[in-house]
Amino acid sequence: MKTQVTVTLKNGILDPQGKAVEHALHSLGFAGVRGVRIGKFIEIEMDAPATEQAKKDAEEMCKKLLANPVMENYRVTVAEQGK
Amino acid sequence: MTTAVQNLKVGVVVFPGSNCDRDTLHVASLLPGAQVRSVWHKETSLGDCNLAILPGGFSYGDYLRCGAIARFSPVMKAVADFAQKGGTVIGICNGFQVLTESHLLPGVLLPNESRKFICKNVHLRVERTDIPATRGLNKGDVLKMPIAHGDGNFFADEEAIARLEKNGQVVVRYCDERGNVTAEANPNGARNNIAGICNERGNVFGLMPHPERCSEDILGNTDGFRIFKSLATL
Repeated sequence: MKTQVTVTLKNGILDPQGKAVEHALHSLGFAGVRGVRIGKFIEIEMDAPATEQAKKDAEEMCKKLLANPVMENYRVTVAEQGK
Repeated sequence: MTTAVQNLKVGVVVFPGSNCDRDTLHVASLLPGAQVRSVWHKETSLGDCNLAILPGGFSYGDYLRCGAIARFSPVMKAVADFAQKGGTVIGICNGFQVLTESHLLPGVLLPNESRKFICKNVHLRVERTDIPATRGLNKGDVLKMPIAHGDGNFFADEEAIARLEKNGQVVVRYCDERGNVTAEANPNGARNNIAGICNERGNVFGLMPHPERCSEDILGNTDGFRIFKSLATL
């Protein structure tokens, strides 16, 4: 089962990388860009009997390793059965 | 006034990617009577060490987050048990990052505000002198020490910062050469100019600057050795 984890910086946490990209977008002429935040996208292929189990496991992984709750939030989505 | 620690046995933990372990071992070996050894990350015990140091470097290539993977090295269980029993644990630079990821110290080290890797001398004001790492120093002493990091911007939420300040857990703060804690003297954006903190008990201490890089006359600065000497005295 394919599980996708998105890790994002919490509001209020400075994102220097996002700021740099924001400035670059402005210099490319995208004047409407108001903010850029950069996070991580993690794809996990795993054996799990059911979608709920995969989601539960992935959330456990986030708590233990994939995200640091001091500065990050996470979101887990499980792709439906099949490839 | 001070007496030497009897049988000082220093263990310097080596993770894949640590790169300040040799310097740290070398400086620790300059302490009178000290026995030093490196402790490979796969070891499950610190043996008879009575001082554990997590050195600087880039453990596991800083993958995922600085210090995040090192936390799961077998040796970290031994380090946590050692700290739990009151053993003295010091984390320098990446070692500090590993200690926060391991929850042995609060907070996190974010990327520097400037987005740049910063390698230069800074000044630190000593805020607390009743813990093993600073007991040979005086409150208000100003130390010159090099920093070399991309992620040294100490962060914790308002509540956690207030708790650190209230408990006196801020051990060293970035300051100017006269000891004034100013925004200009803050190299990386760290909250409250925090350069190093300890746990509530005071036996676990982490700092971003590198005392091992300024501990010998030949290097023109021995301020860092004052930290090592403190660790070797009671």
